[in-house]
Amino acid sequence: MRDARSRVRRPIGLRLWLSGGWITLLIIGAVLAPLIAPHDPLYQDLFAGRMPPVWVDGADPNFLLGTDSLGRDVLSRILYGARLALTVALVAGTLTCLIGATLGLIAGYYRGWVDMVISRLVDIWMAFPPVLFAILLIAVLGTGLTSIIIAIVVIDWTRFARVVRAEAMTQGTMDYVASAQVVGRTKAGTMFAEILPNVLPTIVALLTLEMGIAVIVEAILSFVNLSISTDAPTWGGMIAEGRTSVHQAWWVLVFPLITLFLTVLSFSQLGEGLKDYFDPVLR
Amino acid sequence: MPFLRTILARLAATLVTLFGAAVIVFVVIRVVPGNPIAMMLPPGATEDDIARLQALYGLDKSIFEQFVIWLGGVVRGDFGTSISLRQPVLNLVLGRLPATLELSIMALVIAVFIGGAMALTGTLRRDTRTEAAIDVTSGMALSVPDFLWGLILILLFGVLWPVFHISGRVSPSLDFDFQTQFYLFESVLRLRFDVWADLVSHMFMPSLALAIPLAAIISQLLKQSLKETMHLDYVTLARTKGYSEASVITREALPNAVLPTLTLIGVQFTFLIGGTVIIERLFSYEGLGNMAIDAVINRDLPLIQGIVILFALLFTVVNLVVDMTYAALNPRLRHA
Repeated sequence: MRDARSRVRRPIGLRLWLSGGWITLLIIGAVLAPLIAPHDPLYQDLFAGRMPPVWVDGADPNFLLGTDSLGRDVLSRILYGARLALTVALVAGTLTCLIGATLGLIAGYYRGWVDMVISRLVDIWMAFPPVLFAILLIAVLGTGLTSIIIAIVVIDWTRFARVVRAEAMTQGTMDYVASAQVVGRTKAGTMFAEILPNVLPTIVALLTLEMGIAVIVEAILSFVNLSISTDAPTWGGMIAEGRTSVHQAWWVLVFPLITLFLTVLSFSQLGEGLKDYFDPVLR
Repeated sequence: MPFLRTILARLAATLVTLFGAAVIVFVVIRVVPGNPIAMMLPPGATEDDIARLQALYGLDKSIFEQFVIWLGGVVRGDFGTSISLRQPVLNLVLGRLPATLELSIMALVIAVFIGGAMALTGTLRRDTRTEAAIDVTSGMALSVPDFLWGLILILLFGVLWPVFHISGRVSPSLDFDFQTQFYLFESVLRLRFDVWADLVSHMFMPSLALAIPLAAIISQLLKQSLKETMHLDYVTLARTKGYSEASVITREALPNAVLPTLTLIGVQFTFLIGGTVIIERLFSYEGLGNMAIDAVINRDLPLIQGIVILFALLFTVVNLVVDMTYAALNPRLRHA
């Protein structure tokens, strides 16, 4: 029995370590970017345009991962891009979670007309293609960090609301909730003291997933040039530039793409891993 | 007639959703701080010019009045005139819809094919390394969205090993006079397989990018249902009759295990259609999504409105069809 359980746990542990490790590395890189970035991410040197990474012939050892068509250092831009990506992940993810989970909790536990209104809104939201909705909101709000965060919150709160509502509904029918009411807890008190702790593992797992989604949304917005100012270093902006010059300078596309890929994969694996970790059946 | 009542209730809910979507889009794009008219006029335009154009597009009235006028038009099939392209929105949108539909359906077919094959192989080789490999693959495929798969495919099959086209819908050098917007369909009907091959070569990468996450979901859910079905008595009976394991899975287990997956495919198909917006942009594919992004960048309010409503209509119709198919296929719901 013990052996069987440790077999289940091991891959979960590895998954958490690898994905957590990459995110930690990225956070350190982003925080220390001004200290460790080898170049100014905005500095253009047209004579050093499209330098390949160091291990390729004709490279300049000053530019570890090469330069883009304007001679800007790819590594430095990735490091500075991580600052925006992680800020969006953290702030937009948390706000989306707070708003969506609260609405879901209320809808699932109170039911009645509140649930009707919230569920109807969720239905309407599901009728919009999320990427189009995001682009539309940015066009309305104007570009900038705040706009990106608002757009993500407005679009993705339903993701939390749907799942948390279903969970809260299940929990609401359980005996322990009824006993809490008998003991004389108020309805709101029961919701926060009894229901919330039981849906918290789901919320935490969803939050991690949402951070990965936020990173992707930011990358997509900067890809279509609707993120923050055009020459600021963003992964999506680098990818957009790399896409157009991929035949001449593959590294401009490949390195930010690998970074984005690993980051999104890590957030998602972290979320899945946490979900399994909190799962009482597997525990 | 509970079946009929279910359908009518769903139909009513669909209409409410569509109306809500229309209201939200209408309000959202009209709180735009920038003036779309000012953006489309040359810098030297006078206040009079702006006012005249605003009146022409009805932008000088209150939001509520504009909505009533717009809704009245929609009921008559008039979605207004695009500001940036100066053509009726309905014609523009319907002209691009076939391209997006062909792309989405091709992606769906690829996803069902890959996902189904993975689920069947995983069930046949259950509890082996093959199954573990399939699980890891589908886990990865699901963790990464279509946008990133698109970029990876561009690198692999557009640059590193350039076998497919990574831009556009059809080669411009191909001198072929299409009569409809359903290029793929038309090329088959007119037996021009050279044109068909060119279209597929353009569509394969974007549709594969859209298909990968859905294939992973299909693979996971179908495999799970299949494995549960494999323990049922009637499957054991078929096995004792001497059928091979492969035919037990495909002929006995599959028909009973496929229902939950079918429902899920329906919901996920709407996500796939939503994904076409950025994938079309990425592959410069001339569809609705690509047009939508241009419309947003140009602040073309009537066009944005038309496209978003069309997407919402597409989504709700897909959901409605799925619900009805599910009700028709599931005897428990039909007689309930």
